Amino acid sequence: MASYSTNEFRGGLKVLLDGDPCIILENEFVKPGKGQAFNRVKLRNLMTNRQWERTFKSGESLEAADVIDLEMEYLYTDGEFWHFMKTDGSFEQYAADAKAVGDALKWLKEQDVYTVTLYNGAPLTVTPPNFVELEVVDTDPGMKGDTAQGGSKPATLSTGAVVNVPLFITIGEVLKVDTRSGEYVSRVKGG
Amino acid sequence: MATGVTNTSGWQPAASLAALESRAHQLAWVRGFFAQRGVMEVETPVLGRYGVTDTNIESIAASPAPVAGSSTGAWLQTSPEYHMKRLLAAGSGPIYQVARVFRDGEFGRRHNPEFSLLEWYRPGFTDDDLMAEVSELVCGWLGCETPGRLRYREAFLRFAGIDPFLASDRELSAACEQWLEPAQLQAFTRDDCLDLLMSYQVEPALADFGPVFVTGYPKSQAALARVSEQDGLLQAHRFELYVQGIELCNGYWELTDGEEQRRRFVADNQARLAAGKPEMPVDQAFLAALDSGVPDCSGVALGLDRLLMLKLGLESLAGVIAFPADRA
Repeated sequence: MASYSTNEFRGGLKVLLDGDPCIILENEFVKPGKGQAFNRVKLRNLMTNRQWERTFKSGESLEAADVIDLEMEYLYTDGEFWHFMKTDGSFEQYAADAKAVGDALKWLKEQDVYTVTLYNGAPLTVTPPNFVELEVVDTDPGMKGDTAQGGSKPATLSTGAVVNVPLFITIGEVLKVDTRSGEYVSRVKGG
Repeated sequence: MATGVTNTSGWQPAASLAALESRAHQLAWVRGFFAQRGVMEVETPVLGRYGVTDTNIESIAASPAPVAGSSTGAWLQTSPEYHMKRLLAAGSGPIYQVARVFRDGEFGRRHNPEFSLLEWYRPGFTDDDLMAEVSELVCGWLGCETPGRLRYREAFLRFAGIDPFLASDRELSAACEQWLEPAQLQAFTRDDCLDLLMSYQVEPALADFGPVFVTGYPKSQAALARVSEQDGLLQAHRFELYVQGIELCNGYWELTDGEEQRRRFVADNQARLAAGKPEMPVDQAFLAALDSGVPDCSGVALGLDRLLMLKLGLESLAGVIAFPADRA
């Protein structure tokens, strides 16, 4: 496996640290003029999602992690695994377990495309797009004439996700939701 | 524009045109400063027959067609120091230079592998005399308050909670444990530990301190400064000016003893080998100049890119360099 020296470190690089795949978030070079140089590196452990800060003497190196992000279409779940298919026409399928699917579970809609991160060829994480469009399957009846202001109410979406929506939203409407914050963005026209 | 992340395919400069105009003003101001004082501007080679032996400074090798008589290769200079001391030995009197210098592998918010160094030498000056002149130059340009003084030892005691002269190697190593794994620390020298604590604890604390000269470095960090006993400890007559926690210059009451310099070069190369770095040829012309007699003097090297960064209140060198390394 290839390795990267500190001077090749940059945001987005995937490396192995303490046996776990990590993504480099930030790399700061510090050095007293006449002294030893160090790289102060922020990384996110892709297994635990925890953020680490580690220091390396400049010139040290880390092994590259075999991690790639691929676009895949979500197919179905058999209850134990969630099955995805590559969108490159190869029809190649991958089964992600509950740990890999994680919080993406509540945004999974069949035939939508997600980013599946593979580690050593197996799904490590599933990341939904920043925005998804989902149908409201349950919410309290809307209040007539209330289109802009006023409070909010919970609405259950087709995937089971519950988001706070304006009072005028009714069952059957399709909503645009920000998956990063879990917040309602807008109604989708024609939905 | 002032961030370290740049678009590597763009043709545009990283620095704004306004910053580049300030750069031109700064250069004119510096030249005026020395003209008024009768210090002569000189130019010395960017490409020399020798690099440096410094353990932590890497010279960039060049490969031009061989020049008659040279068997040491060709190197982009990391500082004009040796050449300027040869001019001093030749009787130049006070001299300064705005030099382009190169240090391999140094790239970050406050580093660019190619940068502008203002270096000057003052025969007859002590380190105290030269610190006064540095203050006039830096504060005259930045409009900052006159820098205070802080001994290296005092700075470590206050901000890192450890005595850099008297702590044992094990105590110094233990002080670094919060940032490094035990396996990494095994390969650390005493000076590596001091450099880590300087970068991680002392420098950030100095950011809130106002301009300050750090003085009295341990003997192992003397570089080209003379060493004398002060307060019962061997301390180097070396000073660094910090403004807002940013290291701006490095000065010495210069070592003029050729034999002592020879010993330090040999020790440097031993440290390089121990660190797995290649040995560097020792600059024989520089040593010959010391042997022939460099006048008693003090000298200092000041980073002009950082000075401008401070002047403009920017966070990164990319804001003051037209084309930093990643778009050069």
